[in-house]
This record gives sequence, structure tokens and C-alpha cells, in this order.
Amino acid sequence: MSAALAFLALVAAVAGWWLARHGIMAKPWLEPGLPAPVAPGSAFAEEAGPVRRAKAGLVVFLAVAGSLFALFVSAYLMRMGAADWWALPVPRILWINTGLLVVGSLGLHGAQVAARHGHPAVMRHGLLLGGAAALAFLLGQILAWHELLALGHGLAGNPAASFFYVLSGVHGLHVAGGLVALGRTMPRAWRDPGSARARVLVELCATYWHFLLLVWLVLFGLLAGWANDFAEICRQVLS
Amino acid sequence: MATTIHGHGPAETVPPAETADVELYHPHSWITRYVFSQDAKVIAIQYSLTAMAIGFVALFLSWLMRLQLAFPGALEFIDADAYYQYITMHGMIMVVYLLTALFLGGFGNYLIPLMLGARDMAFPYANMLSYWIYLLAVLVLVASFFTSDGPTGAGWTLYPPQAILPNTPGQDLGIVLMLVSLALFIIGFTMGGLNYVVTVLQGRARGMTLMRMPLTIWGIFTATVMALLAFPALFVGAVMMLFDRLLGTSFFMPAIVQMGEQLSYGGGSPILFQHLFWFFGHPEVYIVALPAFGIVSDLIATHARKNIFGYRMMVWAIVIIGALSFIVWAHHMYVSGMNPYFGFFFATTTLIIAVPTAIKVYNWVLTLWRGDIHFTPPMLFAIGFIVTFLNGGLTGMFLGNVVVDVPLSDTMFVVAHFHMVMGVAPILVIFGAIYHWYPKITGRMFNDLLAKLHFWVTFLGAYLIFFPMHYLGLLGIPRRYYEMGETAFVPASTVTLNEFITITALVVGAAQFLFLFNMFWSLRHGRPAGGNPWRATTLEWQTPQTPPAHGNWGRELPVVYRWAYDYSVPGAAEDFIPQNQPPSPTERREAAT
Repeated sequence: MSAALAFLALVAAVAGWWLARHGIMAKPWLEPGLPAPVAPGSAFAEEAGPVRRAKAGLVVFLAVAGSLFALFVSAYLMRMGAADWWALPVPRILWINTGLLVVGSLGLHGAQVAARHGHPAVMRHGLLLGGAAALAFLLGQILAWHELLALGHGLAGNPAASFFYVLSGVHGLHVAGGLVALGRTMPRAWRDPGSARARVLVELCATYWHFLLLVWLVLFGLLAGWANDFAEICRQVLS
Repeated sequence: MATTIHGHGPAETVPPAETADVELYHPHSWITRYVFSQDAKVIAIQYSLTAMAIGFVALFLSWLMRLQLAFPGALEFIDADAYYQYITMHGMIMVVYLLTALFLGGFGNYLIPLMLGARDMAFPYANMLSYWIYLLAVLVLVASFFTSDGPTGAGWTLYPPQAILPNTPGQDLGIVLMLVSLALFIIGFTMGGLNYVVTVLQGRARGMTLMRMPLTIWGIFTATVMALLAFPALFVGAVMMLFDRLLGTSFFMPAIVQMGEQLSYGGGSPILFQHLFWFFGHPEVYIVALPAFGIVSDLIATHARKNIFGYRMMVWAIVIIGALSFIVWAHHMYVSGMNPYFGFFFATTTLIIAVPTAIKVYNWVLTLWRGDIHFTPPMLFAIGFIVTFLNGGLTGMFLGNVVVDVPLSDTMFVVAHFHMVMGVAPILVIFGAIYHWYPKITGRMFNDLLAKLHFWVTFLGAYLIFFPMHYLGLLGIPRRYYEMGETAFVPASTVTLNEFITITALVVGAAQFLFLFNMFWSLRHGRPAGGNPWRATTLEWQTPQTPPAHGNWGRELPVVYRWAYDYSVPGAAEDFIPQNQPPSPTERREAAT
């Protein structure tokens, strides 16, 4: 469970830092009256419009999704210690898929920057690139599954293959969910590209894409077997 | 800490925010108002009623189990398989579908916006979806009762390999429905949980700093954060076990020969599932306990007319307990054959968690000390909780030690321990909280006499049930046994004791119908409660209408000038000062100096 604990330690550090900035040492019984905002981030209802709420919502969601993937990785690390484990050949297409995910992330990053500087045409191209790259990534993942199946690595059997299908599947579902969000962002970005709401939606999509890229890089490293030494250390610590 | 008071000046009043700039969903028809509602208060009631309905199913199952234990064979339809199915469903329903759903989905939805001075949750649509997915999860779970081989009988921990092996009851469809239902529950909860957290972070009224939040909110908030991080572990376990069961993978399934036949599984790790399960399962204890801690603090302060003793320490203790509860999970696995040093580590963390918990108990007692205690039903239940949680927690100190746990593991002692600490104790808080907020939710008072009768039967009855059960455990009576039969080490007196426990359990269970009757009868016949019958300080009691209308606050949002516990303030006109009351001239002078 080392990966999950490491992730939770990160969450705890962020939460502790946040609490420390928000007056956890205050003595509320001595302080009637209206406080000034204790920290710049502590907005009250009327200041905290839908924008801040949406951003906070995404951050919390990423923490949940991060916890999910960290736990899958933990399970992977524990299971790979068993005797029936043997490494999986890495389908060549995974490299292309990784590249696609990077392109998608860059595209949305570009869209976000363009939105901030008021270039609607560039922003739209960035959004399209991000969406197309994510779609191509999903197709590529399906091709990778086919390739593995053709090599005789079915779902049951080698546990490394089982994990590959489950992990890439869960990640793919998150990408698909991102595509739904992007699909809801696009009409607004076309209709009303200058609005604050469109800008925020693009920003949220970009953040989510970066997150999924990061998760995929970790998963890819793990599935391709580069993390074996690291995994070995983790198993030594917690077994 | 006077440095935090500036900006508007310590004591000025400022104009509150008005409705115009608040985006609020407005229902247009009966269906969107009461069925597919996006109003947190309606969702809260939907969550609570569903949770209580399924909770009564679990209560009924416990009756059946008790009847079997006291009078083996008396009821013919209870065979060994049925008994295991009752155990499994009783445990899972009570822990996940009743307690978690009621505390977070029920009280969380009702109280977070009202206590923080918000109009509604941050994402009302997702909040509505959360309830409907929860309902679907409950229905999927209930559906397993109607499959050909019934619900799963794997025990509520669903340990593989036996959970998915042939000859375990419910192996065909029951276990699949259980895992699907859990996955749905987690998805639905995540949608709700996002709302609770973001509303606390971003939805507070002007002046409601973190350290002015009532402890109820602190408890629910911290528990939600924990649940959001811990439920994924159960999700991972459920998904991987579904793959093992349906698609033949071997995540958890080792090589097994059953009835002389080699199964297709091989190499999997049942211990891996135990780690995942308890990585969720232990935080789950505190996901249920922390809201209870918070609510009890508010009930005690209100009904003893005293500020909560050590508010800051109470907040810190909640946060610290939440964090620590993630590193104690393996104390459920001392007998799983893990490294003994590993067990030592987890015993240490387990005992450390007793420190912040003890701080909370001391602070509750010190809040009561020389308070103006009113023995209202909410207060009775709150005091009942403190005693029960303390009792259950003390046996937890026994079980947290490896050497004590090993002989007691899988005995009735464990059953008695966790029923006291996370069964009876949180349920007492739930009853106390329902009695406390019932006047706000319905606008009517409940029948006081019935409520007190309900308390005494439940409280005393719970002790008559679970205290003797500790003794049975010390004698070595194992848990999960369908019947003991002729066993040399078990004295004959245990039979009488089991009969006594069962009869008490039937009475206590029946007493819950008193509660149900009271709730429904008072809806129509209770006397009108008024806006603030307990004379409480927190914002939910200061709404312009009772029950609060859609949008909670009318035109103007409340502004918060003080913490939640200004009870019996010396020199004040009344013995409570609502959170939204501006500082008096005296307070202004004091703040200025």
C-alpha cells in the first residue's frame, strides 16, 4: 500500500498547509465581529462565484481520482510479487498513444493560454487538437488491446496482462469522461469565446488533461516494467 | 489573535449579500420539487428515508440471526446458508447503506448549507444524481434477495477466495450484485461528497470563518474528505473481484483445488483484498464516528447551555483522528499471517489514535460539568453516546494489542466491541440528531414521552444485549457460527444467556417502531415548534421560515459575527447569542481595546 500512502501523505501535506493558512489557530470565542479574510483563498459566498466553485470541485475530484489510481498502483505492486507474474511485452503502439496524449495536453494548454490572451481562433484550434488527440488515444488503446490479444495475452492468465487491461481501461474511462466535459465546453467556446465562463471551462479541461497525462505516464512506466526496481524497494518496505 | 479582526473594523455591521447575485435553481413542478429535486433539504430527506427503510431490513435480519442463535432450528427456513446471508447483508447494510448514507447524505445535505448560511449545495444537479445513484445501489442490493440463490453469504468483509467460490451462498448472482451495488454506491457518494466538500470550502456565508463553523460541520466535512479518499480502495477491490468472478482473472484468487478439481485460478493474493478492504474499512469507522462526534458536541453545548469546552482542540482532534485513521488498517489483519513487526507498528498507531479520541471525551464531560443540563431526548441520546463510545473504545484498546487480539479474534468479543463502538454509539447520535433537528425539518415537536421511552429502552437494551456478548467472547464462543452444537468448552449457561440476549434484541428492535410512530404521528399532531425551540445559536435555527423555504434565507444571506457556542455569555440578555447577531456595544468596546 506504499503508493496509496505516499499519495495520501501528499494530500495530507496540502490539507495541512491549507488549514494552517485558514486560521486553524484562531480563538473564535474571543473574536466577535467581522473578520477580514484570513487568507486570500478564503472567499465567502458572494465572492465565491461559480468559477471558484468549479475549480475547487475539479481539485477535489482530482484528489479522488488520484486516490483511485494510487490504490490501483498499490495493488499492482503487491500483486507483482507473486510467483506467477511475468513481464508483458510492450506493444509498440503505446509509444504513439503516449505521444498523442502529450499532443492533446499541449493542445489544451495552448487553448488555455490563447483564451487568457484573447485569441479565440487559436483557442478553438487548441480545443479541437486536444479532443482529436484524446479520441485517437482511445482508439490507439483499443488497438493495443488487440495487439496483446493477438499475441495471446488474454485478460485471464498472466496477471500482468489482467492489470494492463484493467488499468488502461479505467484510465481510458477517465479520458472518455474528459471528452464529455470537453464536448460540453466546445459550444460555449464557439458561441461566446471571450466570456469568463468559457475561459474557466477551457482551463478546467486543460488541468484535467494534464492530470490524465501524468497518470498515464506513471501507469505506462509501471506496465512497461521500468518501475520494477522501485517496486522491489516498495515491496521490501511493506510486505 | 486580535490581528485577524480588521478590514471592516471589529464590530461594524455590513450589508449582507442579496439574492440577486446568487444563481439558484428553481423548481417548476411537483416532480422537480419533491422527486427529482435539486434542493439539498429534499435530497437530505430522500437520503434519510431510504437509509432508514433499508436499515429496518437490516434490523429484521438481525432478529432472524438472534432467533437462530438462541433457538437453533426453531425457524426452519434459517439454514446455515441463510444465516450467512443474513450476517452479510446485515453488516453491509448497516455500515454502508445506513450509517454512511444517513450521516453524510442525510445530515450532510440538510445541515451543511443551513449551518453555513448558504442557499444550497455547490453543484445541486450532481447532488440530485448522487441520491438517485444511491437509490439504485440500494435497489440492486435488495434485488439480490430475489435471485435464485439469494444474496451473498460471504460475510460483510467479502474475503476472497471464499466469497466467489462455488458452495458459498449467493455465489452465482448475489456476490455480483453486491459488488455492483457497492461500486454504484461509491460513484453516487463521490458526487455527493464533492458537493459537501466544495460547499464547505466555497459556500460559507460572510463572516463564517473555518473556526466559526459548528463542530457538526467539522465532523461531516472531515468524514467526507476521508470517505472520498478511502472509498476508492473499496472500489478497486470490488472491480478487481468482479473481474475475478466474471472474467476469470486471478487478482485475488490463489490456485485452488475444490472437490478434487483444480480451478482455473492461480497465483492471486487474498491478502491483497484484505489490505484494500481495510484501507477503506478502517477509515469507514471514523467516517461514521466523526459526524457523530461533531453532532454530539453541538447537542451537548445546546442542551447544557454551555459553550463547548476546548473548541480548538475539538477541531484539531477531528482532523488528527481523520489523518491517523488511514494508518491503522492492518489491525484488522493481525491473524492474516503478516509480519509481526508490521503488527507492532499498527498496534502503536491504533493506540495513539486513542489520545485525540480521549481528548474529545474529556471535553464533552467538561462541557457538561456545571452546565445547565436539560434532559431532553437529544441530550439523553448524546450522553448515552458518550458512555457507549467510551465503553466500546476501551475494548478497542484490548483488541488493538496483537497479543490480546489473537486469542479474541473471531469471537463474540469482537462482535460486541464493534457493535458498541460503531453500531450502537453512532445510532444513538442519529436518534439524538433526528430529535434535535426534527422541529426544524417539520416545524413540529415530537412527543416527548414517547421519545424518552424510546431512549431508555434502546439505551438499556443495547447494554443488556452487548455486555453479555463480551462475556460470551471471553468464553471463546466464535462469531459467524450458525450453531454451536455439542461443544466441550462451552458451558450450558451460554444457552440461557443467548436466549436472554435474543429476547432483549426483539424488544429493542420493537422499540424502534415507537420512534417511527412518533415521527409520523408528530408530523400531523405535534405542537408547532416555532423557529428556535432549543434556543440554539447556530444559523439553521435562525432561518426566516420553519421549515426553511427553498433558498433557505429569503432575500438576504445571513452575516456571521461570532462562533457557534455563545451560550450563557455573562452580561448578555439571553442565555444564547445567535451567530448572526452583531456584537453588542460592550463587545465592541472590548474588541477595540
